[in-house]
Amino acid sequence: MMEFLRRFARNRPALVGVAVLVAVAALALLAPAFYPRSPFEMIGKPFEPPLASTLLGTDQLGRDVTAGVVHGARVTLLIGLVATFIAILLGVTLGGIAGYFGGWVDTLLMRLTEIFQTIPFFLFAILLVAVLTPTVGSVVFAIAVVSWPPMARLVRGEFLSMRNREFVLACVSMGMGHWRIILRHILPNSLSAIIVTGSLMVATAILIESGLSFLGLTDPNVMSWGFIIGSGRTVLRTAWWVIAMPGIAILLTVMAINLVGEGLNDALNPRLKHL
Amino acid sequence: MAPPVIAVEALTIDLPPQAERPHAVENLSLELHANEILCVVGESGSGKSILARSIMGLFPSPHVRPSAGRVLLNGENLLAASPARMREVRGTRVAMVFQEPMTALNPVLTIGRQIEEIIEVHVAAAAPLRRQRVLDMLAAVQLPDPERIVHAYPHQISGGQRQRAMIAMALMLGPECLIADEPTTALDVTTQAQILTLIREMQRDRGTAVMFITHDFGVVADIADRIAVMQSGRLVELGDAQQVLGAPVHPYTRALLGAVPSLRPPGARAQFDDEPALLAADSLTKSFRSGGRLFGGGMRVVHAVKNVRLRVRQGETLGVVGESGSGKSTLARCVSRLVEPDAGKIMVGATDFTALSGRALRSFRKKVQMVFQDPYGSLDPRQKVGAMIAEGPLLHGEDPGRARERAAELLELVGLDPRAAERFPHEFSGGQRQRIGIARALALEPDLLIADEPVSALDVSVQAQVLRLLADIRDRLGLTMLFITHDLRVAAQVCDTIAVMRAGEIVEQGPTGRIFAAPQHPYTRELFSAVPGQHGSVGAAPPNLPPVH
Repeated sequence: MMEFLRRFARNRPALVGVAVLVAVAALALLAPAFYPRSPFEMIGKPFEPPLASTLLGTDQLGRDVTAGVVHGARVTLLIGLVATFIAILLGVTLGGIAGYFGGWVDTLLMRLTEIFQTIPFFLFAILLVAVLTPTVGSVVFAIAVVSWPPMARLVRGEFLSMRNREFVLACVSMGMGHWRIILRHILPNSLSAIIVTGSLMVATAILIESGLSFLGLTDPNVMSWGFIIGSGRTVLRTAWWVIAMPGIAILLTVMAINLVGEGLNDALNPRLKHL
Repeated sequence: MAPPVIAVEALTIDLPPQAERPHAVENLSLELHANEILCVVGESGSGKSILARSIMGLFPSPHVRPSAGRVLLNGENLLAASPARMREVRGTRVAMVFQEPMTALNPVLTIGRQIEEIIEVHVAAAAPLRRQRVLDMLAAVQLPDPERIVHAYPHQISGGQRQRAMIAMALMLGPECLIADEPTTALDVTTQAQILTLIREMQRDRGTAVMFITHDFGVVADIADRIAVMQSGRLVELGDAQQVLGAPVHPYTRALLGAVPSLRPPGARAQFDDEPALLAADSLTKSFRSGGRLFGGGMRVVHAVKNVRLRVRQGETLGVVGESGSGKSTLARCVSRLVEPDAGKIMVGATDFTALSGRALRSFRKKVQMVFQDPYGSLDPRQKVGAMIAEGPLLHGEDPGRARERAAELLELVGLDPRAAERFPHEFSGGQRQRIGIARALALEPDLLIADEPVSALDVSVQAQVLRLLADIRDRLGLTMLFITHDLRVAAQVCDTIAVMRAGEIVEQGPTGRIFAAPQHPYTRELFSAVPGQHGSVGAAPPNLPPVH
């Protein structure tokens, strides 16, 4: 563990990523303290530019963009994390079962995965949210449903190669049951790949959420970054800051997650780095 | 005496700072003359491959660089040559043959195309002429039907034929120096014998200077004119083959030679004829299917084990020997039920092992334990050694405290410090890991121990130690063993009875002494006559030489 931290800390960009993520997370956690009032509340004149009366200006209804971005961080991060968590759970379970047991189970599960992969993922997400009516729950569900197949394929590959490794055969010949082998021996050895891919999936989830909100497919009672961009797109030419501020927030967060993901990859798979 | 073709002078090659030693090759000087085969021998990590590659200017990574010395090819310093000059030299004056012909050949080009490319790159010659030269060369390396081989892809010909093609490619432009890096290590023993003869013949016909890298003293004895012995990047002994093999001076050379198992089996340990059979397998059959299309058809079927009958008596060690693809590993895995046999019956003691399933199978498995080949792949990298050894007994209901004690005892039994329990597998060397694997198998107090090539991934000196350990434990615990190996020398030393396998069938079976003294089946005879180094003095040394390290 210490060894891992030391390797990770040697990677400067990854540390920058961690710093940005910590800042965003702090912002999200402390949002009610900074801006106790609802971000939907109108606090001033519409279209006030940044630094006039508020830090980041106001939108077309006179709502504070700063409050929106700070509260939006909560929603966006939450949706990103929960959706990714569900997708990882789904992907690891299905991919793991397919890779470990092989045979017809594998064929069945992989055909299922392929069916999901044949549908363009963003259109599929739009469809799901539209059908299920846009709420936070349905957005999370839709993102999870379109994100798990790559994870399933990755985990299947890992399990498949591990399945016939000699240490797993040794477990079998000890008389160990399948679940113990999977949970105690194969999964821990696949964890680094899962963590790296999972961390990058959070970035994708945030982008999907923003895309959906931009199209208006989001919970109208919840302020997310995508929601602000979606509602501000009609005033892009008169009030650029309404879109730019949450846009920059998304950019920074996604970039930070990618940097951290890369850093995790280098730290967890040090051999790849040295080549 | 004529000047040497290659002269390595005080060569030092640096390793990156985090490596375990500062230099891959340290202050090494040797000469390679025309019309001789110089064998560079050493264990893994001795720097022999890096030495060979430095002559070709092929370094494994930008961090591995020569820091001092010269490599002279007829007086020209290759280490100072420009990249363009090196490209000219490679192939025309110095050529190389690699260990694994399957990966050294491009899988999407035909053999003919790849050999022609060498001519294309270096000399201007018309296409029909080129083709003719390739055909002549393929005939020279005694490939059957060159016309067919020219149009074949690497996967369509056998391993031995691929290595012949590689040699043809290397010698195409008549280089003065051929570097062969473990060219026969990936081959079966019978194929190896043929390739060694071929290299010897080609070298004599052309007067080529050959640098032959190997870890196998048997091969050395068969092919070397002179021998260079390397240890940890240093040259420890250099001399004529007769002298180095017959009267080695350096203690390391002596230890290496002493560790080579003899082909002469020691006297029988005991009589097992009256003992009851612990393992009785009958009409065991297993075939693998692959490449089947969605709706059937086009399926390739490999019969790995065909109708095998096997008896291992109480306390006996049965060796199953055979070349790769003979089905010996599949047989071992069928017997341990890691692979489900298609048909047949396996009795362990009075229990029908094949009839068990579910919980009954899992609890019976402890009676049959395996030691695997790969010391790196057979231990869970994320589990501490102690937990690994204790896991089996815990699984079968042993008390945790007792299981831990037992793990410590077992570590001591296999010659490791009991404190090793708190460490992870990557902190151990290959030989130590194999000891851990043995301890893990013994933890369940099995009736039958199956060892699947337990020493073939190890260096010869470590191999000797692990074999001694296995034999010692077997005698002390009265273990019954099924020992799978491709190495007849190892089999001669360890096994009481030997079964020779070929293409999924046991062609001959009998007491070790009898099989080695008078093999009956033609295949057995062929196999035995192909073992390298049996006519020289290698392996004849008394086995009680002091162990290395």
